[in-house]
Amino acid sequence: MAKKDITCTVNGKVRTYSVDVRESLSDMLRGQAGLDSIKHGCDVGECGACTVLIDGKPFNSCIYMAIWAEGKEIITLEGLSDTKGALSDIQQAFIDEGAVQCGFCTPGFIMASIPIISSETESSREEIRRQISGNLCRCTGYENIVNAIEKTQKKRIAEKKSK
Amino acid sequence: MYNFGTIYETTSVEDALRLKKEHPQAHFLAGGSDILIKVREGKLAGCDVINIYNLDELRGICLEEDGSILIRPLTSFTDVAMHPIIKQYIPVLGEAVNQIGGPQVRNIGTIGGNICNGVTSADSATTLKAYDAMLEISSIDGTRVLPYGEFNLGPGKVDLREGELLCGIRIRKESYEKTYGHYIKYAMRRAMDIATLGCSVNVTLSEDKKTVTRLRIAFGVAAPIPIRSTTAEASANGHAVNEALLDLVSEGALADVNPRTSWRASKEFRMQLVKEMAKRATKAAIEKAGGTING
Ligand code: FES
Ligand code: FES
Repeated sequence: MAKKDITCTVNGKVRTYSVDVRESLSDMLRGQAGLDSIKHGCDVGECGACTVLIDGKPFNSCIYMAIWAEGKEIITLEGLSDTKGALSDIQQAFIDEGAVQCGFCTPGFIMASIPIISSETESSREEIRRQISGNLCRCTGYENIVNAIEKTQKKRIAEKKSK
Repeated sequence: MYNFGTIYETTSVEDALRLKKEHPQAHFLAGGSDILIKVREGKLAGCDVINIYNLDELRGICLEEDGSILIRPLTSFTDVAMHPIIKQYIPVLGEAVNQIGGPQVRNIGTIGGNICNGVTSADSATTLKAYDAMLEISSIDGTRVLPYGEFNLGPGKVDLREGELLCGIRIRKESYEKTYGHYIKYAMRRAMDIATLGCSVNVTLSEDKKTVTRLRIAFGVAAPIPIRSTTAEASANGHAVNEALLDLVSEGALADVNPRTSWRASKEFRMQLVKEMAKRATKAAIEKAGGTING
């Protein structure tokens, strides 16, 4: 099958991967980049477990072709912690709020929440729910996930104000 | 890994049209949120595709010199909903596409894909139909313009002939000027769900806001294809803005629809939804236009 070189920025580093043109972005990032935070939940765009940011927006990487990634800037959960591996505030908030049970959905939820925790204004719980409505969790019942996102957003807005 | 036959890559629209002429069996791959799923399910396993997702010339929205709004087909639902031109002139279209799937699906799904798919439940279809959208369809031999009202031929079947690609969706000035719309989607869940029924209404009122000068109403999932209710429209045009108007629109709509029973809902339930949603959407559109029922 045809192969193609794809150059994109993954978690801040420019990388080139030789992909089979039939691969999804999730295949490429798990298989070649070893970014295992990306989960193959449903593989058909229903569950959000494979969510990554592409040019700042959340996408399901299972239904995004690897060949579309040329020139794009991609961020996965691994890109959130600092160079020493310390957790980011949103990851810590998921732990503190008990928003993780089996953990399978967690990376996807965290990536889907990035646009909302980075927003300048506070969101209602309803807006937070809407932002994560493309993600499924079989364990937590969602309440603690919303709590973790709400708390992190509030914290970040407060930090910006105090600066 | 997706089970594709050949993936043809393109660098321009012309390139894509030429490839389509050479390989008529190949499907255009836009955002892929329908095709990729069908490949996974096996329904389209092994199919050939012409990848057009990277063709930025097919992306974006602009206001043309004649005042018409041109939406290019690869524009994502998110970009339609967020676009200042849509927010200013046809906010109802943004509201409608904002009810599709979830954020991730709205980032990848394209408005052109939504209507070329030809399903009756497409959330963008009803509003585009209710605004008399015009479709610009190209092949390597030229471009033709088709009213969207004539595009759907049957469930999942649209008037795209051999070698053709939808290249533009145009809403003319007279179609959106002084016009206010409202869309209601009835579904079982508030996200990641397909409409049980969709209703899009828009109205233009007289200067004094007491009379309807033009009402257009379209339904999704009320027939095998998205439809307009001409009976409802005929009885509303020129009618005073009052309760009786709502009843007339609702009765007219019931006369034109032909919903079926599916696992989502029975025909009877859908008829009830048509009756109620026609009234509610009309009332909301009138209020947005500055009119008041019983005012
Ligand atoms: S694995 Fe991609 S959405 Fe479920
Ligand atoms: S924690 Fe198990 S699926 Fe969400």
